[in-house]
Amino acid sequence: MAWFKKGKTPIVPIGDRTVRTEGLWSKCEECKQAIWKKDLESSLGVCPQCGFHFRISARERLSQLYDEGVFQEYDDHLASNDPLNFVDKKPYHKRLQQMHAATGLRDALVSAEGKLNGKPVLICAMEPAFISGSMGSVMGEMITRAIERALERRCPVVIVSCSGGARMQEGALSLVQMAKISAALARLDEARIPYVSVLTDPTTGGVTASFAMLGDLNIAEPGALIGFAGPRVIEQTIRQKLPEGFQKSEFLLAHGMLDAIVDRRQLRDYLANALSFCGH
Amino acid sequence: MDENPENERAEVDRLERQIEELSKLVPNDNTAGELERMRRRLERLRKEIYSKLTPWQRVQLARHSQRPVVPDFIDLIFEDFTELHGDRRFEDDPAMVGGMARFHGEPCVVIGTHKGKDTKQKLQRNFGMPKPEGYRKALRLMKLAEKFSRPIFTLIDTTGAYPGIGAEERGQAEAIACNLREMARLQVPIIVTITGEGGSGGALGIGVGDRVLMLEHAYYSVISPEGCAAILWKDQSQVEEAATALKLTAMDLRGFQIIDEVVPEPGGGAHAAPKAAAAQLDECLKRSLAALKGLPIRKLLEGRYQRFRSLGSVIEAATGTNTA
Repeated sequence: MAWFKKGKTPIVPIGDRTVRTEGLWSKCEECKQAIWKKDLESSLGVCPQCGFHFRISARERLSQLYDEGVFQEYDDHLASNDPLNFVDKKPYHKRLQQMHAATGLRDALVSAEGKLNGKPVLICAMEPAFISGSMGSVMGEMITRAIERALERRCPVVIVSCSGGARMQEGALSLVQMAKISAALARLDEARIPYVSVLTDPTTGGVTASFAMLGDLNIAEPGALIGFAGPRVIEQTIRQKLPEGFQKSEFLLAHGMLDAIVDRRQLRDYLANALSFCGH
Repeated sequence: MDENPENERAEVDRLERQIEELSKLVPNDNTAGELERMRRRLERLRKEIYSKLTPWQRVQLARHSQRPVVPDFIDLIFEDFTELHGDRRFEDDPAMVGGMARFHGEPCVVIGTHKGKDTKQKLQRNFGMPKPEGYRKALRLMKLAEKFSRPIFTLIDTTGAYPGIGAEERGQAEAIACNLREMARLQVPIIVTITGEGGSGGALGIGVGDRVLMLEHAYYSVISPEGCAAILWKDQSQVEEAATALKLTAMDLRGFQIIDEVVPEPGGGAHAAPKAAAAQLDECLKRSLAALKGLPIRKLLEGRYQRFRSLGSVIEAATGTNTA
């Protein structure tokens, strides 16, 4: 009897057998395809399947653009001193500390010099992970210094924007950085030194309404959100849904605001060609 | 002086009533002296109350429905104002007005935002929120001033540049950006005044100059207190907190050197006595222009550049490599 009765012992897994894939794979936000991270890196953060452009860090951007990924950083010691003593749900100075710890940067910009196709170029790249790449006094000062450096050395400037706009936590001091940088650009313009503005996802607010739109060439990555007011603000103001593709790079190109949309994988060559046209 | 603001306000009401009653009586030496004393006391009390306003209360004053709008200031300060229309590109933006005028006899260009006074006007003027055409018209008029060596006065009172579909399509950001760059190098004196609301990029779009003045109860901010509360506090009701945190009052901004001079308003604010407010502003404008007029262009432009160049607040962190 009951010769074949099953034992009641439950099946116990041996050890921890969960497979860890995080860190190895990414999922494309657009086509939902799983992409091996190494593949994503070698395609410069662009989905090999659908061409979606992932957001990349400032330093990643610079190493993609400069020859052999070599560049020298400037003004990386500049930091905000929280001039307003701003406190919302969290004190601003705490936020800055956390961001510094998370990104290794003191603010949302890396200002660099290096060679692009053998020619010296100053490139400023924004860091989207640092308070949405927002512009406060530090970014304003770093970009202005970069432009003044360009004037001194007669060296072209490229600014890669990726920013939610002026930083609220520094109030009107952030706002006036727009005027400060634009004034420096007027001098660069008069000296006939080229400035190329590269707009990436997202570029909005005070950054768009100042230097990002003032390039000798304004070029954007595909599918980037670019605008003055954010889509939510516009929807609330006009109380209707926005049309498909509104404020995307393609929309801006069609409305005459951009010279070109350039795929990140061609950006380096495009810049080299444009700067050589300008005599550099 | 009573510390309770409610009592102060009651006192103001009582004084106002008494002054009214007294002035109805047949005047004699007795009442005249009494009247004069009461008027002085009332003015002092008003000043006292208004000097203690919170930032949020000041924002509300800056938006007060009776506050003089830019065309009121133009009427009261300038002579022979002749409006000039259109950006020569798309249309005429009624939210931005500008034209030729005389300032104490001297020809000049005056430009400013126009909010409108009653509902009908407000709608027609788009509540003083300019579109790209407004900024382009402003620049066109400024270039006209430059061509004929006339000083430029801009008067700012706007919630901000209009956030709409058409405005984005026609390059709101580009229009403002272009003004920032061009105003930095216009070869004539530019005097900017924020008379009411200084709403972010929309205000700065005509706000670059050699002198930036601001009325005592005006505000100037990177974002409206409502917008800031919604984004950072995720709660619209925190608007008072946001207004305080943003340091948007004339006094605060004078401290940051964003403003060169605070233009005092009459007790009770500009809406209580528009003529007196305009007279104060007129005085400041006259002084500012006199200081700029004799300057050689190179010096003027260098001064304007350095004025904005020095704005901002950064520290040099101790560690990290300085390669500059």
